[in-house]
Amino acid sequence: MSGDTGKDKPAQKPPSPAAPSLPPTEGDTGGRDKASLSASERRRTHDLWVAGTEEPEWVATATDEGAQEILPADIDPAVAGQRGVAVLDDYVSDSTVSPEERQILNLGPQHPATHGVLRLQLEMEGETIRRVKPIIGYLHTGMEKTAETLTYMQGGTNVTRMDYLAPLHNELCFSLAVEQLLDVEIPERAAAIRILMTELNRVSSHLLWIATFGLDIGALSMMLYAWREREAVLAFFEAVTGLRMNHHYIRPGGVAADLPAGWEDEVEEIIEVVRRGLEDYETLLNENPIFVERTHGVGVITPAEARAYGVTGANARAAGIDYDVRKIFPYSGIDQYEFEVVTGSHGDAYDRYEVRMGEMRQSLSIVEQVLETMPPGDYRSEDRKVTPPPRQRIDESMEALIHHFKIFTSGFDVPEGEVYQAVESPRGELGMHLVSKGGPKPWRLHVRAPSFAIVQALPVMLTDLMVADVIATLASVDPVLGDVDR
Amino acid sequence: MSEGVVLLASLQPTLAAIESATPITFTPRSGPTQVILEVPGQDYVALVTAVRDAGYETFIDLCGVDHLGRDPRFDVVVNLLSVEHRERVLIKVGVENDDPTIPTISEIYAGANFYERETWDLFGIVFEGHPDLTRLLMPDEWEGHPLRKDFGLGSIPVEFKATR
Repeated sequence: MSGDTGKDKPAQKPPSPAAPSLPPTEGDTGGRDKASLSASERRRTHDLWVAGTEEPEWVATATDEGAQEILPADIDPAVAGQRGVAVLDDYVSDSTVSPEERQILNLGPQHPATHGVLRLQLEMEGETIRRVKPIIGYLHTGMEKTAETLTYMQGGTNVTRMDYLAPLHNELCFSLAVEQLLDVEIPERAAAIRILMTELNRVSSHLLWIATFGLDIGALSMMLYAWREREAVLAFFEAVTGLRMNHHYIRPGGVAADLPAGWEDEVEEIIEVVRRGLEDYETLLNENPIFVERTHGVGVITPAEARAYGVTGANARAAGIDYDVRKIFPYSGIDQYEFEVVTGSHGDAYDRYEVRMGEMRQSLSIVEQVLETMPPGDYRSEDRKVTPPPRQRIDESMEALIHHFKIFTSGFDVPEGEVYQAVESPRGELGMHLVSKGGPKPWRLHVRAPSFAIVQALPVMLTDLMVADVIATLASVDPVLGDVDR
Repeated sequence: MSEGVVLLASLQPTLAAIESATPITFTPRSGPTQVILEVPGQDYVALVTAVRDAGYETFIDLCGVDHLGRDPRFDVVVNLLSVEHRERVLIKVGVENDDPTIPTISEIYAGANFYERETWDLFGIVFEGHPDLTRLLMPDEWEGHPLRKDFGLGSIPVEFKATR
């Protein structure tokens, strides 16, 4: 293998990919046709060419736009999709600008301000954006397919990596969906721990958001301060779950472990530190003329547009939509705690900032209430078909050993059914559509990712803005590309 | 989980209104926490339109499910929400394996655009009338539709020649 050199490659290159043996791609029969390709043809797309070395033939076509070309204005999906719905077509073309002055600008996928690997094709008239096409898929790792090959016990490790800034919400959503099909009762303490952890996760996610939002629009010091407070939350997560992210802490049947001794003091300290921090940020930002100028009236989305595009969470609430999954479809006993749904009215970047600041305060208040009312009891279900037995029981009881072995090898069977479960993640409504046909693995797990809907709605927010506002808008809507592409 | 029954009861007036206004065939049934309306292909767009007009303005989700070996093979599940009624409704339509085609709803809900592209990409279900039915998550040159049940997991050998 090592004797092979890069120079042999072009000589072996088979005819162009549009060989007659290939079936048409539109609506083909699926399945894999890879077998009909020769070995070198299959490898072609995975070759790496280093600039400065001799250029292989395929490089000339490797960087064309392919199917992702920005479409002509009259069939642009961003405009065409708006026909017939209560969405205003805000595409205004300046007829005095000649077509030569229009240019396509590619933002990303490697741009640091795109928060991951998002690519935006911007059609510009000078500095003004006329049309936008978001292109995603750079982080697609087929997690929905992977979920079909993992047992319900292992599934949490998969879903926790989707929205990597809100891993606990992913786990909670997955666990709730599985529990609905299993019909197991969760002890009160487990439900309260879940609320405590997910609300703290919302705080840590919003803290990272305010840090990067500030960073992206030039308030560099925000990053230092918000990251400092976020560290306190992450340290607590590490103490509870053993990890700073991708915890796999919330599992079907309860949580993985009880809270460590002295957790109350740590949580009290987090509440105090973050509350103080929030006041600091407001002193830094609320009166800051640059911050205000760059966020007021930027990236506006109207309530009708937000509904039609499925934008939820803080972005929809900033537009005045009073929708919070925690209030309308309460889960895990969140309805026992008092909190308000913070809404804005303008739907711009500044309102999103205010809504998220308010949400952090509400989450801290929920955490405070959990702290006061934490019920005693077990941290997971006693149903031994779902949760493993305590360690000491394994030494004493043959039955416990069998249960332990069964759960960690073949997993547990979930009855046939189909369920949609939603939770309020920091980015909006995170939903999982779980289809079970019996057996220990899901038949299908579809994830309704909040960021996916946000990225789709970006053209609505960005058209007719200046190019500098793209960064402010993108930062303000808080997409996580791991969530978008899954 | 008594929520499902409550939801169905409060949706009854809406369903009755849809039934009387337009000749649409659909079967309502109550899932664990939500109402599922099963609709034959020819009434799919009419039902989605009627449900939207009944106040379900928020588009939440659209996904495909491959029930390999069943007829029809695929399901497309549309998930709609009414903030005003505080209700969620799932609309399920079967799609045949021989002709995996259903009409698009991207003109009714702008948000369905990306979801339909994703479903085409991963399941090969064609949404007729969609303005831009191209690959969304998979690479453009990818063959097949990976979330179909007969699409194996497999692996692709990746060799980086220049680093050898």
